Amino acid sequence: MSDATHTGSNSTEFIQHSYLALVRRRRTYGGLTLAIFVLLMVSGFMIADDRNAGGFWSGWHQVLDFPKDVFSEAWEKRAELPASLAKYFPSLIETINIAVASTLIGALFGLVLSLLSTRGLARWPRAIPLFRRLMDILRAIPEIVVALVLIFVLGGGPIPAMIAIALHTAGALGKMFSEVAENSDLKPVDGLRSTGATWAQSMMLGVLPQVAPNFLSYALLRFEINIRASAILGFVGAGGIGAELSRAMAWGPGRFDEAAAIFLLLFGTIVFFDQVSSRYRNKLTEG
Amino acid sequence: MLKIDALTKSFGQKVAVDNVTFDVDKPMMIGIIGRSGAGKSTLLRIMNRMDNATSGSITFGNVDVTGATGAVKRQWQSRCAMIFQQFNLVPRMDVVSNVLHGTLNRRSTLATMFNLYPQDEIHKAIEILGRLGIAEHAPKRADALSGGQQQRVAIARALMQDPEIILADEPIASLDPMNAQVVMDALRRIHEEDGRMVIANLHTLDTARRYCDRVIGMRDGQVVFDGAPELLTTDAARDIYGAGADFSEEATSTQIETLDQAGSLELLSA
Repeated sequence: MSDATHTGSNSTEFIQHSYLALVRRRRTYGGLTLAIFVLLMVSGFMIADDRNAGGFWSGWHQVLDFPKDVFSEAWEKRAELPASLAKYFPSLIETINIAVASTLIGALFGLVLSLLSTRGLARWPRAIPLFRRLMDILRAIPEIVVALVLIFVLGGGPIPAMIAIALHTAGALGKMFSEVAENSDLKPVDGLRSTGATWAQSMMLGVLPQVAPNFLSYALLRFEINIRASAILGFVGAGGIGAELSRAMAWGPGRFDEAAAIFLLLFGTIVFFDQVSSRYRNKLTEG
Repeated sequence: MLKIDALTKSFGQKVAVDNVTFDVDKPMMIGIIGRSGAGKSTLLRIMNRMDNATSGSITFGNVDVTGATGAVKRQWQSRCAMIFQQFNLVPRMDVVSNVLHGTLNRRSTLATMFNLYPQDEIHKAIEILGRLGIAEHAPKRADALSGGQQQRVAIARALMQDPEIILADEPIASLDPMNAQVVMDALRRIHEEDGRMVIANLHTLDTARRYCDRVIGMRDGQVVFDGAPELLTTDAARDIYGAGADFSEEATSTQIETLDQAGSLELLSA
């Protein structure tokens, strides 16, 4: 089998030379980028370590002390574990409740925001930057800040947490939804508009059927994140399993077994919803 | 040399490739014809081992490649290059990088991650591009090229593999008649100058007649014709395409000259 060569004409040689020069330039840029990346990583770590109150190198070997205490105490009192699990199950339900409500409300607002801020679909194309900045603000403010303010105003309980998470979810899902909607096919929308349909009608019938599987998949992912978020907000007075966890962890010796039970409940919940949502997502993508 | 024995592929109830058997004893240019859905693409994909056969065997030389896995399978794939209807290049990378992808089977994953190819292979890639008449497009992005140019880049990638067999799955079905001719001429030249075996799926009779040494006709997954293109009478073609008496060859044609040559073609097939 003969080789795939060609009588090297002058032009071919010239092309080879100029392409090799291009390759060399690209490799230089690639090497520089890599060097800058490594430099940034190292210097960033050093700065973070300097600002650290304790210091990474002096403290890292103590990282496992807390989990070790939790484990050993939970193991000693393992007989009480089922009772603790049963005791904290109602507050887990409360936490999940917060997550469900905030995901639903947030996704609804996110849906409207995303359609209003997608090029080609927006109701008022000139207002796209406005809605985009609005979503940026919703994402930029930490939900724990919103929750603290609302708890101060409305008093402790699940409602402030729900509102705080819903606001953040609207911003986060709005951005993801808008990216999906940007790739949707505009032909059905044109078709519907040509019949004299309103904007809302053409969005609902022309865009939603195309993007529904992706939207739902993102909303389910957000739901998992919101379970963790609502558990964390319990630490600042929003109720639910987070409040119980902060009590079990903070009251010092003697309650680590209950903390372990709460960790188990949280872990089980995340695994459960992960399994459920991945099954649904698979079903949706396979059609 | 290449021996296909009772190759069958079924998807659930549907049999896409049904008991296909043929034997190729020396490098030649083979055209597989038939209408869409006849199982031509599935057959090529099984030969390249992108899909697995339900039963039957593929033997090349003395090696049975039907059940090869892992490195052995990839080695086989590098020896029988594939060309696709939609070119299947990486659109955002330049032409030479796309051609160099033909060497991936010999390269380590780490080296390809950083796009590091030896200088002599870069030279060789550009020489192959020159041979196909598109060297001046070497530094351009693949998606900036026209369809016919992209298909020639795909052929260059196949040649870079230095394969013994080139499998072309409808190589000209997405091209206009001018470009189709350029691409078919290139495939024919590769066969004649390098002595590589070329197996091309075609859905037009005249292309198969004009370029191939042997024609295999498929219908509903089965081989219904196998022989020299001269033996391909209008009756045989009707059988392959499952058409009635009103069948005319021009209906399957994409060739430029067909309009001028309609008369002479009818003479040929009579």
